[in-house]
This record gives sequence, C-alpha cells and structure tokens, in this order.
Amino acid sequence: MKKGITASKGYAIGKVMVKSQQEIKITDESISDIETEKEKFLLAVEESKAQLEKLKEQAAQSMGEEQAEIFETHIMMLEDREFIDAIISEIENNHVNALKAISQVSSFFIAQFEAIEDEYLRERAADLKDITNRLMANLTGNQTDFKIEEENIVVVAHDLTPSDTAQLDKDKVIAFLTDVGSRTSHSAIMARTLEIPAVVGMGDISSSVKNGDMVIVDGFTGTVIINPGNDELEIYKKKIKEYQEELKELKKLVSCETRTKAGKRIYVAGNIGKPEDIYQVIENGGDGIGLFRTEFLYMDRDTAPSEEEQFESYRFVLEKMGDKKVVIRTLDIGGDKTLPYMDLPKEMNPFLGYRAIRLCLDQKELFKTQLRALLRASVYGNLSVMFPMISGLQEFLAAMKIVEECKKELDVSGIPYSKDIEWGIMIEIPAAAICADELAQYVDFFSIGTNDLIQYTLAVDRMSEKVSYIYNPMHPAVLRLIKMTIDGAHKYGKWVGMCGEMAGDETAIPILVEYGLDEFSMSASSILPAKKIIMGL
Amino acid sequence: MVKQDIVVVNKSGLHARPASNLVKAASKFKSDITILFQEKVINVKSLLNVLSAGIVCGTEITLVCDGEDEQEALKTLTEMIESGLGE
Repeated sequence: MKKGITASKGYAIGKVMVKSQQEIKITDESISDIETEKEKFLLAVEESKAQLEKLKEQAAQSMGEEQAEIFETHIMMLEDREFIDAIISEIENNHVNALKAISQVSSFFIAQFEAIEDEYLRERAADLKDITNRLMANLTGNQTDFKIEEENIVVVAHDLTPSDTAQLDKDKVIAFLTDVGSRTSHSAIMARTLEIPAVVGMGDISSSVKNGDMVIVDGFTGTVIINPGNDELEIYKKKIKEYQEELKELKKLVSCETRTKAGKRIYVAGNIGKPEDIYQVIENGGDGIGLFRTEFLYMDRDTAPSEEEQFESYRFVLEKMGDKKVVIRTLDIGGDKTLPYMDLPKEMNPFLGYRAIRLCLDQKELFKTQLRALLRASVYGNLSVMFPMISGLQEFLAAMKIVEECKKELDVSGIPYSKDIEWGIMIEIPAAAICADELAQYVDFFSIGTNDLIQYTLAVDRMSEKVSYIYNPMHPAVLRLIKMTIDGAHKYGKWVGMCGEMAGDETAIPILVEYGLDEFSMSASSILPAKKIIMGL
Repeated sequence: MVKQDIVVVNKSGLHARPASNLVKAASKFKSDITILFQEKVINVKSLLNVLSAGIVCGTEITLVCDGEDEQEALKTLTEMIESGLGE
C-alpha cells in the first residue's frame, strides 16, 4: 500500500499503464548553418503555439474556460521575447544547436522558479517544463500523443503536464497517479474537473509499478494498493458500488419536481457568478437561477461595462434558461474592491458604507446603464431583478423611480421590454427583515442573503479568525428574522427565496421548509443533495 | 523615468493569471517597464520574468516606467496592481 496526496476523490480499480518520460537526446553539436537552425526553431515555436491553441479549445469544451486558461499562459510564455531572444542568441552567437539552446535557456528559467519559496508559484515551473518538452518534441518531429487503447486504465507517471491531462481519454482512463505534484498542480485541478480520482506526490509510484499491474486507487484517503488480494478487492468493489449508488440516487433527482411529502412545491435553484456557470446548474436539475451576481461584468477592466456588453450576458442566461425564473441582482460592489473607473472612497468600514444600492442610487448613469440592459434582455426569458442591501422602503422606491425613467426612455426609442418582470429586494440588513411586512406591500419578492444577514445581525466578521465562531446560521435571532421575513412576505402574497449559503445547509433546510421558504438557491453542486433532503420532509 | 512603490495585494501573489494580465497590459506601452524587487530588475513585458520573480502577497515593489508614454503607463499599471490585477 502506498500513500500520497489526494488530488481528486473517488475510487478506481484498474490496470496500470505507465507513461514514460520522453527521452530526447541533446548533443553538444555546434551548427554552421545558423539561418536554417533559427528557422527550424521558429517553426517549432509556431507549431507548438498552434497545438496549444487546439488544446485550449479542447480543454474549454471538456473542462471549462478556467482550465483552458492554463494553455493561454503557455502560449504567452512562448511569446515571451526574453525567452525566444535568449534562445536565438545562443544559436546565433554561440553556434549552439536549437535543441541545446532551448534546453539551456529553459533550465535557467526553471532554476529561478524552483528557487521560489512559495509552493504555488514554484508549481509554475511545471508549466515551463511542459512547453519546453513540447518545443523540443516539435523540433525533433517527435510530438507523440500518449495513446490508450484499453479501458479501465490507471495512468501512472512521474508527472502529468497540463497537456497530458487535457488529452486523457475520459472514457478509458479511470484514475491517475504521479510521483510529484500537489493539490494545486494543474493536473490535480484538472482531475477534479474531469471527476476521476487522482493521487499525487507519491514519490516513487512510477517505478513501483509496471504496465499491467492491477491497482486500487482510493482518492478519498490518497491510498493506492498494488496487486491487491481478494479481500481488499471485495472491500473496494463494495465501496465503489455504494458510492455509485449514491451518485445515481442523486442524479435521479435531476429532473424531479421537488415537493415535500405533503406536496408543497419548493423551488431549488442555482447561484451563478458568470454566464457559463449555468451549464452546471442545468446539469444538476436546477429549477432556475436564484442569484445571478453581476459583479463579474465590472471587475477586471479599466472602464465600466457598456449597455451592449451587459445586455449580451443577461440575454445569454435568460435564453438558455428558457421559461425558468432567472433572478438577477444589480451591482453589489463597494470600497473593499478598487475599480479604476469608479471613484470609491477609502472608508473605515466599507461593509457599512458606500456600496451596492447606495452606490447605484448615487451613480445614476451607471445604474441606468445596467437597468436598461436588464429591461432590454427581459424579452428573452423569465426575468426577476433584485436590489442588494436595501435598508428601507425609500431606497426601493427611489430605485423603482429610476427604473420608470429607463422604461420611458426605451418607450421613446421603441425598444421593447417585458411587462412581467418581477422587482424584488435582498433581505440582508436586519432592518429590512424587521420591516418585512411593510416592504412586502411594495416589492414582488424577497431573497434572503444569509451570509450578510448573519454578519450584520450578530455583528461578526466570519473571516476574522478570533471571532468567526460567533457566526451561526442557527442563532435564534437569525431564525426569528428569517421567519419574520417569510411571514411578512406571505401576508401579502409575495414569495421568498434564500440565496445565502444557508440555503444549501443540511441542518437548516428542514427548518426553512417549515418556516415556509418558497425557493432555495445555492451553488450547483449542492442542488441535488438539497432536493433529496426536501423530498424526504 | 518615473516610478511608484506599490504593495501587491493578490492572495496567491503574482501567479499565472494576474501576471498574464499585467504583462499583457504592460506590453501595450512603448516605454520600458520594469519592477525593482529584492535587488532584481524584472522586465514586466516578459511573462517568465514576472512569474519567476516569485512575488507573493504583501510584497512591496517599485514600478519603473521609462519612455514616451511613461506617465500613462505608470498610472494605468499602478491602478491595475493596486486593484488586484483582475482577481
């Protein structure tokens, strides 16, 4: 039995296939035809970039945009003038052959990476090694792909580069093991995305097994059993069966209409931070989107997002969700972030300060741009809009006044918008919960933002180590405020949802159902477990 | 030549994603852009340089811009770094 670092959970019983290091022979041969050598090198660079572009696309499809970004970094490294020029200089000035030049320059940079103390940054050396291997392979015409013919294969290697992992045939490879690596290495991250078990940092696994050996991989404990006996096989076969049953049970719930045993229809929706996230929500059978955070549109850039840009993102989500409800939250950002195009004050208490609806009501043009984009997109699906951090009725009414202004502008231009948009608010400030019955007379719905509601109610910063223990979703005060909110809303026939973490909390769900919560919105991965719990109540 | 002292706020330091954003932005300017850090001079237009410098969270660096658009470069890049380079 061998142990390593668990990189991805799951179980696998399969046959070993060892991926050997590609041996590329580097000679000290000096070259006379500099131009040809230079051209050969530059051609290899272009070939490598083209291969990486393809891998990037492949990865985006099978693993999502974020994983594909790794290849973007690789491409940028190949475009790094210092790297390229250093190699060319070796060829031109020292008559070194291209292969050796690449190897030399690369080693120099890799050494610098490996000298970094920080583990995460040190891991980036793996990226450089990956592209170096690719360059050299292209130069020698040896760019081979690791072909797997059989099924139930456990790939074992010294290390798996992002390119290797991206090309693993998910149908044939059921797990992988490596000598080196950590939870933050690219291959570990990819394993989790591919949802196959993986154990890394095992030390010498690649020399401890050979092709054809049978292994049991326990991705939960990071254990690997080589050529197991019958007893061990039986134990793990049982574990696999149980785990698969569990997953299957959950999968069944995907298309289920969630109802309590008494027959009440409860909506289980997903929280998303960017448009692409909806795929996971749909896959997990979400009844809709309970929270579409719009901050992503405003971050990461020098200028505010245009109406067009915003419109496209909102339309994309609305269209993809069809007739399912999509609740979009207006800009919820403040002084804890710095946006170059927004003059955000440096406050002592940014979380109690100029942010969210307060900022929007003050920066009218910015707010109107978002509202217009939302109104225009509303014809493409089932839209509900909510304002964050509402402390009282006046704020909601002020926001709605601006909404009316936008509607009039669109009317004048003949641009259509849906007449069925719901306008609601987040309940996260205690004052709003306490005055819920007043607010309920004016809004179409509430969505309880428990993360902030709990912090404001208990006066605690959940990120502050010394006091985070005080953060307690089940504190009687919190529960009373939630009940107050739901009662207030139902008194006037309005629905209440919850988009904070508590909505996916196993211990909280039964109580929330009892209180009458109409909609639970959470991260996609929590949807099926939540459905299961609700259906059992 | 103009310069500015800045503190890096990214939780994982200048790793691949923020470093890529910084290099892309710096490459748009004509000026030479360098970072002084622990007696090293880092060429900000080179991704490998920036990554291998191993700049972690909380590090104070000096951004130096030298060239015809140095003022604009300094302002833009300083703001980018101070705001977390898109994280």
